Amino acid sequence: MADQVAAEQRSETPASTPDASAAAQIAIRNLEFLYGGNRALKGITLDIPARQVTAMIGPSGCGKSTLLRVLNRMYDLYPGQRAIGEVMIDGQDILAPDVDLNDLRSRVGMVFQKPTPFPMSIYDNIAFGVKLHERLSKAALDERVEWSLTRAALWDEVRDRLGASATGLSGGQQQRLCIARTIAVRPEVILLDEPTSALDPISTLRIEELIDELKRDFTIVIVTHNMQQAARCADRVAFFYLGELVEVGPAAQMFTAPRERRTQEYITGRFG
Amino acid sequence: MADVAGHIVKSYEQELARLRSLITEMGGMVESQVAMASEAVLGRDETVAARVVEADPKVDALEQEVQQFVIRLLALRQPMAQDLRFIVASLKITSDLERIGDYAANVAKRSLVLHQFSLPFTLTGLANMARLVQEHLKEVIDAVGNNDAEAAVEVWRSDEGVDQIYNALFRELITYMMEDPRSITPCTHLLFIAKNLERIGDHATNVAETLYYAVKGETLAGVRPKGDTSAYAVVRPASE
Repeated sequence: MADQVAAEQRSETPASTPDASAAAQIAIRNLEFLYGGNRALKGITLDIPARQVTAMIGPSGCGKSTLLRVLNRMYDLYPGQRAIGEVMIDGQDILAPDVDLNDLRSRVGMVFQKPTPFPMSIYDNIAFGVKLHERLSKAALDERVEWSLTRAALWDEVRDRLGASATGLSGGQQQRLCIARTIAVRPEVILLDEPTSALDPISTLRIEELIDELKRDFTIVIVTHNMQQAARCADRVAFFYLGELVEVGPAAQMFTAPRERRTQEYITGRFG
Repeated sequence: MADVAGHIVKSYEQELARLRSLITEMGGMVESQVAMASEAVLGRDETVAARVVEADPKVDALEQEVQQFVIRLLALRQPMAQDLRFIVASLKITSDLERIGDYAANVAKRSLVLHQFSLPFTLTGLANMARLVQEHLKEVIDAVGNNDAEAAVEVWRSDEGVDQIYNALFRELITYMMEDPRSITPCTHLLFIAKNLERIGDHATNVAETLYYAVKGETLAGVRPKGDTSAYAVVRPASE
């Protein structure tokens, strides 16, 4: 019952506009991540500011994707993995055992490397997640679908075929649909795990433009192997190596004059 | 430089090495231009003077080559951090070197006029200045070749000595002109020659500053010690 009340209260806010103050800041303190006998993250302390794009870069196995998965507790799906430390999202420690994971994942949305549209219509791809969290009238739901698709820069391309299957969209469109689906539940944080690695350069630029657009309302964390992409999109860049946070700073400084030698060697392609 | 690992892509590493060698080659050319120009003035040698002027198009061509190479590297390699700084620095350094070449050519041209006059005084001050400027130029070009920020700082600091000689020379030459109006033409040319050498010294310190930034990622702190006070110099006739 309490949930229902909360959901109704939430749906009272205008469906077409996100709560501009919703974007959360994240404070990570002394985070360790363990699985089997491995320490995938070692004492990570990092602040992720609200309404900015923070890019996490580093070679494979450096822990950047692991950290992303901690931020919405995706790792809970795998037995034997655990995180120690503190991850505060707007003052709440999301590592606490009593955290409602469904609620957390609606607050912290995630978009994956490969587009993952559900095998249903374009409309339902968006509406599906919304219906899990909120009870909206048909009109409000329609409005939310349009708002999400518009924010994801896809509306003009699909407005005439909302009933068509999402799997018929191009790869770039599918990825924007996934972003639309993520923002439809009005999260505070959007996690992007290599969101353009399967896309062509023009679709990639569209996503990057979209990221630039979305950061006005959301806190965005992106993991990318593409250094130029991090340089183009990110306000702040964090470089990870072997589970450690080596250096974090404004993108311009990280790519022109990084302080740490390991960062320099990695971003200039000298790693060895 | 030796303690930094090489690039994974070897052809990129080779291109950066080639860029550096183009700059040092250009540096070597202007170094010899300055040396020959000094010799043309001090040794009153007209054939050497002509060679300085002849070398100028070659220096310009090298500057063009560096420019085009830099644009290619930026487009094709998307350089980052120290590579980006060095590649951009090489544009600035070659334009400084090109200016140094121009000043050397101007010194050489003026030496030809100067030879038409007999000078009732020695050119010791100018010789010292020319020697010092050549030393600094050599040091800074070596520093570029070795990617040596500390050596660049040394050059940057030592330019003050050049300025001091220039100030003394400025006063000396004005005094000669006041003593004997017939010396005005050669002394004016000598003044410009000295000024050109002083500017060459300034460009050498520009190169030092640029190199320092390329290596360290930060600008040289503080204001460079400058000793050229000739802009404020007043020399009055003894009768006043």
